[in-house]
Amino acid sequence: MTTVLDPTGELSPQTRQRVARPESLEGLTIGLLDISKPRGDIFLNRIEERLTAKGATVARYKKPTFAKPAPIDLRHEIASQCDAVIEALAD
Amino acid sequence: MAQKDAPATTTPALPDGLVAIVKKDCPTCVLVAPVLTDLADRSGLTVITQDDPQFPQDADWVVHDTDLSLSWHHDIETVPTLLMVVDGQPTDRIVGWSRPEWEAFTGTDSLGVDMKQWSPGCGSLSVDPTIAEQLVVRFSGSTLTSRRVEIAILEDEWEAMYDRGWSDGLPLVPPTEARVLRMLEGTTRQADDIVAIVPPDLVECTVEKVAVNAVMAGCMPSYLPVVIGALEAACTDEFNMHGLLATTMPSGPVMIINGPIRQQLQMNSGVNVLGQGNRANSTIGRALQLVIRNTGGGKPGGVDRATQGGPSKYGLCFAEDEEGSAWESLAESRGFTQGQSTVTLFPGEGPRVFVDQQSRSPESLTKHIALALRASISPRLAMMFDAALVLSPEHMARYRDAGWDRSRFLDEVSGHLLLNGDDIVRGSDGIEEGMPEFLAGSPVPKFQPGGLLVVHAGGGAGLFSSIIAGWVTGEIGSVPVTKEIIP
Repeated sequence: MTTVLDPTGELSPQTRQRVARPESLEGLTIGLLDISKPRGDIFLNRIEERLTAKGATVARYKKPTFAKPAPIDLRHEIASQCDAVIEALAD
Repeated sequence: MAQKDAPATTTPALPDGLVAIVKKDCPTCVLVAPVLTDLADRSGLTVITQDDPQFPQDADWVVHDTDLSLSWHHDIETVPTLLMVVDGQPTDRIVGWSRPEWEAFTGTDSLGVDMKQWSPGCGSLSVDPTIAEQLVVRFSGSTLTSRRVEIAILEDEWEAMYDRGWSDGLPLVPPTEARVLRMLEGTTRQADDIVAIVPPDLVECTVEKVAVNAVMAGCMPSYLPVVIGALEAACTDEFNMHGLLATTMPSGPVMIINGPIRQQLQMNSGVNVLGQGNRANSTIGRALQLVIRNTGGGKPGGVDRATQGGPSKYGLCFAEDEEGSAWESLAESRGFTQGQSTVTLFPGEGPRVFVDQQSRSPESLTKHIALALRASISPRLAMMFDAALVLSPEHMARYRDAGWDRSRFLDEVSGHLLLNGDDIVRGSDGIEEGMPEFLAGSPVPKFQPGGLLVVHAGGGAGLFSSIIAGWVTGEIGSVPVTKEIIP
């Protein structure tokens, strides 16, 4: 028998329950996160129109660059201000 | 390890005076058995036996080295070994059987007069390949903390590692504890030191985890400091390993090594420099990628979203030919001294050849290089991607002959890299991809300032150089990072 050392990060991810799906969008605050890819704003502008029409309040956010993970402060900001978030890719 | 960490096992003392270390499974030890008895009677001797506790006989001067602790700690490689011990430590030793040597060493005459004069010794049980690794683990005071993964006897260990998803597709060396301990001898850093927070899982990666992956990649212990330096460089905010891994583009961390460590590791900076065949070049780059894959959790199809990928993602690592260059080295141009060993990481795809067999003047060659560089990534895109130029010795000769230095070359080549905005804006020449329309009518530099890295490497024959196209540059992407390699 050979014993080898584990090369992985040995993480044990926690399972978390998903937030319950909202019955309606009315009165909710929906965050729209632009990841800063070209033309992501075109897509998100249209989504904002549709959401507003359904009675939701929209808050817009933007990552400094698509090439790096969203800064932790931005993630906290979205989590504390919004009921749900939509993230947009583009190109 | 024993010197660096508080040893779990200290070196046991030997009995003072004359000591012989033997095993019964050695014809020379059996041959000298009467001599050992003779010495015990005449001048006092302790025999330490490795296998049979009653060899050469059942006596109070025979000690059994039950767990081979005495043999291992006192570096016994051959039996019989005769030791002179003072205060528990050997001060002198001889190996094998030679009557004159034994008589001189013990100060006793007429030893084994009926026997042949000379007989070579056998391998000590403590260096037997089937148990040597267990002894290293048992006695080195290992404090390694990685989870132990047991591979069953009937399991093929190479297949078992594939099954666990640890491989980049090529075979891996099994990272046994003994191999990892040996790997860690290559650095002065503690096994539990944190080297970097490795993306994408943002794992605190220890020197030990780097060593485990370096073993799997096929590195020698002496390569470990380079892998550690490369990982530090990769995990900086500037280099942005997360983005480079996650991108749909085919780039990976290309490693360029400068300084004295190139010779120490016998790295290739010459013939076939960007190709296969040199252990250090091949395994150092691979080790970094295995750390990202295994410890960081970044696998193709997971966070690695490359549309097509490329050969640099296996790990592209090479050394600059500094001695054959007419210019200061890449590392010197980035603020380091000739005496420092460094690793520079460049976010790049696979190399592409540039052929110029006709230019005899530096002006002609430079203009042609610039023309080829315009096509890097796309002839229609500028200022968004860096490039690295690997200049071959025969091309470098044009600049040496003309007395051009690095900065002269960079100035001249930049002059030829001003693109005409009209030619590259979106829609021009019937091509929809391109730069924004407002750049029409303006000169547009192909690269941002400092966006062209130049390295000298390659074999002595061939009027070819290579271009390695970069990934998204600047704050929104990745910029090259150089780190000093600390032993």
